Amino acid sequence: MEEKAPKTSFIGQAWLVILLALLYGGGLAGVQLALGPRIAENKRNETYALIPEMVPGAATEKTVELEIVGADGKNVRVYKAVSADDQHLGWVIPASGGGFADRIECIIGVDATLSVITGVYVLDQKETPGLGDLITTADFLDRLKGKATDLPLTVVKRNPQAANDVLSLTGATISSVAVCDIVNNAIANTQAPLRQLASADAATPKQD
Amino acid sequence: MAHESPTALERFINGILPENPIYRQLLGLCPFLAVTNAMAPAMTMAAATGFVLIAANVMVSAIRGLLKPHLRILVFTLTIATFVTIADKVLAAYLYDMSKQLGPYIPLIICNCLIISRCEICASKQSIKVAFADGVGMSLGFALALASIATVREILGSGSWFGVELLSPEFWPAWGIMVLPPGAFLVMGVLLGAAEWYGNRKKAAAAAQTSEA
Repeated sequence: MEEKAPKTSFIGQAWLVILLALLYGGGLAGVQLALGPRIAENKRNETYALIPEMVPGAATEKTVELEIVGADGKNVRVYKAVSADDQHLGWVIPASGGGFADRIECIIGVDATLSVITGVYVLDQKETPGLGDLITTADFLDRLKGKATDLPLTVVKRNPQAANDVLSLTGATISSVAVCDIVNNAIANTQAPLRQLASADAATPKQD
Repeated sequence: MAHESPTALERFINGILPENPIYRQLLGLCPFLAVTNAMAPAMTMAAATGFVLIAANVMVSAIRGLLKPHLRILVFTLTIATFVTIADKVLAAYLYDMSKQLGPYIPLIICNCLIISRCEICASKQSIKVAFADGVGMSLGFALALASIATVREILGSGSWFGVELLSPEFWPAWGIMVLPPGAFLVMGVLLGAAEWYGNRKKAAAAAQTSEA
């Protein structure tokens, strides 16, 4: 009589699923290894192109890419935004965090002393079409522009009163909060080291 | 009498028009409505969906002998999700601007009922050759349907086709509604009505011919 694997045997039932998951996982890791650097390069090029928009007056070709140690002890890549006549105007900080559906990647423009947000742009997101994906629109991102960084941004559903209040998108509160959290965390993480760097730069006499 | 499964050629031909995924089966309507305000995103979506459909069909057909009935949907989903991720990464690497324009709609190919239905109806039951032919036929049918609605919407809404200006703004005040979501529903309704009318007319002609004979 033919013996069948007992229905309660997990491996007997799911071996194909486990094998395929391992196989597909390996394949996807290979794809990521092969294409990851190219995707990162595309995002870097887009960031460079957006620097004049993130920090008004900055010149793309004068941008200096730096790696600093953030408050969390991890290395953070930042862009020093400089004008055509070599004036330090601000910083552009790439940052990411969890959204409603997937990770949201942003770039944040701040002034030289990290006191004011000069621009925010969403590089990558997979939020709900028609609702959460409105975080990419100028209508929403302009709500963050010009905010002071002394207090973290707070999302409110109606009547923004305080200076750090940001009006949430209707039907997309989680996505709105996610973007504000990304901005808050990025600023908290880089504020001290970048201010230190800016004051050290200011103290260094310029060579003609 | 045993019911014979369609051959590779029949699967291929059926996918294009007689069983067109959009006009005859009403499957995959989300991308049909969402990314067809211009030809370029519509054709990119068609290519990405085609790749996933063909690859998933071939893979599922290759392992069809090992599938357990109660776990088959899980295997289909796992397979489809893998190929969708590959398509998403390839687009982000080589067509970055288009990848950004399509946004979440590429990952949403996972939810396209057309792909899982082809795995269930054809790939899990027939040979790799037939599954491949089915994938190619259905992909062509899907691309044709997307092209039909995108052509109408882009020409009427922007006065262009594939970005090339066809109607000068002096003579054609672009109908903005055509590139917006309501335009997609309006054009879909008209095109589905036209396809149904044409199908019924053909059926009536065939019936008349049979009764005459």
